[in-house]
Amino acid sequence: MATLELVGIRKSFGAAGVLHGIDLSVADGEMVVIVGASGCGKSTLLRIVAGLETPTAGRVLIDGRDVTPLEPAERDIAMVFQNYALYPHMSVFDNMAYGLRIRRVPRAEIRRRVEETAALLGISALLDRRPRQLSGGQRQRVAMGRAIVREPRLFLFDEPLSNLDAKLRVQMRAEIRRLQKRLGVTSLFVTHDQIEAMTLGDRLVVMHEGRAAQIATPMEVWARPADTFVAGFIGSPAMNFLAARLAEEGRAAALAAGPVLRFADGPRPGAEGRRLVVGIRPEHVEARAGPEALPLAVDLAEPLGSETVLHGHLPGGESLTARLPGGLAPQAGEVLPLLLPAEALHVFDAETGRRLDPLEGMARR
Amino acid sequence: MRRRVIFRGKVLPYLLLAPQIAVTLVFFFWPAAQAVRQSLLREDPFGLRSEFVGLENFRAVLADPLYLNAVRNTAVFAAAVAGIALGAALFLAVQADKRIRGAGVYKTLLIWPYAVAPAVAAVLWLFLFHPSIGLIGRALNAAGMAWDYKLDGAQAMLLVIVAAAWKQVSYNFIFFLAGLQSIPASVLEAAAMDGARPAYRFWTVVFPLLSPTTFFLLVVNLTYAFFDTFGVIHALTGGGPGKATETLIYKVYVDGVQNLNFGGSAAQSVILMAIVIALTAVQFRSIERRVHY
Repeated sequence: MATLELVGIRKSFGAAGVLHGIDLSVADGEMVVIVGASGCGKSTLLRIVAGLETPTAGRVLIDGRDVTPLEPAERDIAMVFQNYALYPHMSVFDNMAYGLRIRRVPRAEIRRRVEETAALLGISALLDRRPRQLSGGQRQRVAMGRAIVREPRLFLFDEPLSNLDAKLRVQMRAEIRRLQKRLGVTSLFVTHDQIEAMTLGDRLVVMHEGRAAQIATPMEVWARPADTFVAGFIGSPAMNFLAARLAEEGRAAALAAGPVLRFADGPRPGAEGRRLVVGIRPEHVEARAGPEALPLAVDLAEPLGSETVLHGHLPGGESLTARLPGGLAPQAGEVLPLLLPAEALHVFDAETGRRLDPLEGMARR
Repeated sequence: MRRRVIFRGKVLPYLLLAPQIAVTLVFFFWPAAQAVRQSLLREDPFGLRSEFVGLENFRAVLADPLYLNAVRNTAVFAAAVAGIALGAALFLAVQADKRIRGAGVYKTLLIWPYAVAPAVAAVLWLFLFHPSIGLIGRALNAAGMAWDYKLDGAQAMLLVIVAAAWKQVSYNFIFFLAGLQSIPASVLEAAAMDGARPAYRFWTVVFPLLSPTTFFLLVVNLTYAFFDTFGVIHALTGGGPGKATETLIYKVYVDGVQNLNFGGSAAQSVILMAIVIALTAVQFRSIERRVHY
């Protein structure tokens, strides 16, 4: 159990910069999920915390102590690898006992701890088996057990669920969450799967091209994405983005597609005509006629039973996705009037992609 | 899916195999059969007549103290050659597996000795260790050490062992390097996270995972030391001084070609043949069961 702090972590491999200054502080017992597309540097960040990579600049602090120059062995961190990385020539028992033997834990104590952990994970019957005699899900449990049995200060998970089939993944996801809460171990979890990220994390670090685009709770990331990347990455189907300009002294956005939408939560800063990107999640789009309705030419309708996902385009050519109740079943080629409710709009600056919040003093929060 | 070509009839497949079968029969089975036949015969001094003596040659060979001396020499020689060649190759492979500058050049250079013929390798070592013309040999004598492998049996044995082992290091190196590279990096990283230092990691994870490679190489190296080192010994010491470096394979040559004791030499050959068959059987079984863990 410990706190973890990352200060200005940078990493480059040769000329290629991978991480451009990551700051993060993880509270004791917290589960922080690092999520991002492949190549965003999330695994490198985890390996730097583990001590398997050395940062080009920056410091890693565990419980306030600088561990940056320490070897992985000296950090008291356990890691669950994507391919489990079990020792193929050892039994499950020996796999789990390996780290304890190195720490010269007495034999009886090792047996007690391994058996306890195995019972916790439901792998007691497998202790004499070799890794190759185990299924993927069982290997996953052994890898978890090897990490848990050591009672480390920090858990690291490097996409541990990505090699499991869909059903097992959902099951293990819930189990990891349950175990982490029960053991109360500070954890970092790396994944590219936004559903894993949303369900597992106390907080998320959404990474994009070597930077932390946003660090916040899952609901906040969903409700108030910091920029267009985060907005498009979290949520499925992805958020719609429409070009617009600031109008009515900051109180509205004039869509390139025509209608002028008044903000529900107050005016945005900037000069009249400032270029904006207005985002709206497909599930917030309403199929209703009105003075501000947009005509959507439906290209593809995906009826999913309880809901229908429509893909179409606006007269200007911008594409838009809408998630509508299942009763509606428009056909491709139809034109449907859609309303974008003002309270569901996200406003971003077109140049930087950053979120534009209402002016100070008039904000909702 | 592997596509299988199926021949109609039996003539064509046998015809295609015929050259290989002919080579095997003429160069392997026929000499082997000759050796077995010869081992049961005794020739008169002029080579005009030979008579059947049953297992008399074997009895004589096994009772010969010089033969037992050769057995002892071979045991020492083979164990030392295999041990040194495997140990040195493993050490070099572990070094080469690290991320170092110029690793490609280093690896290439290490593979070269394998291309050197045994006799040439022996001459190379001779020019290094000859007491009067060898670079190192002269230096040893100048430093006050009585180095002359042509007088001292232990020194002679040491020299043939080192020369024979040196040639085999390259071969072992390639296999060990391939073995090391097939160990997943994440397994070693997991061991590092578990708190294992590099040396402990090597003996508890790397070495056990290399054991199939090591076992395969052990058999290959023993076979090499038993049968392929004739050239090295012949060029360096000629089995001397005083039969100190006479191994089983060298004694076959001495008794058969120099002493013209065909029956005894053939009996020794048959014994060697039995050893090589046993070693090959062990090797094939180990290849079939590739995974030991």
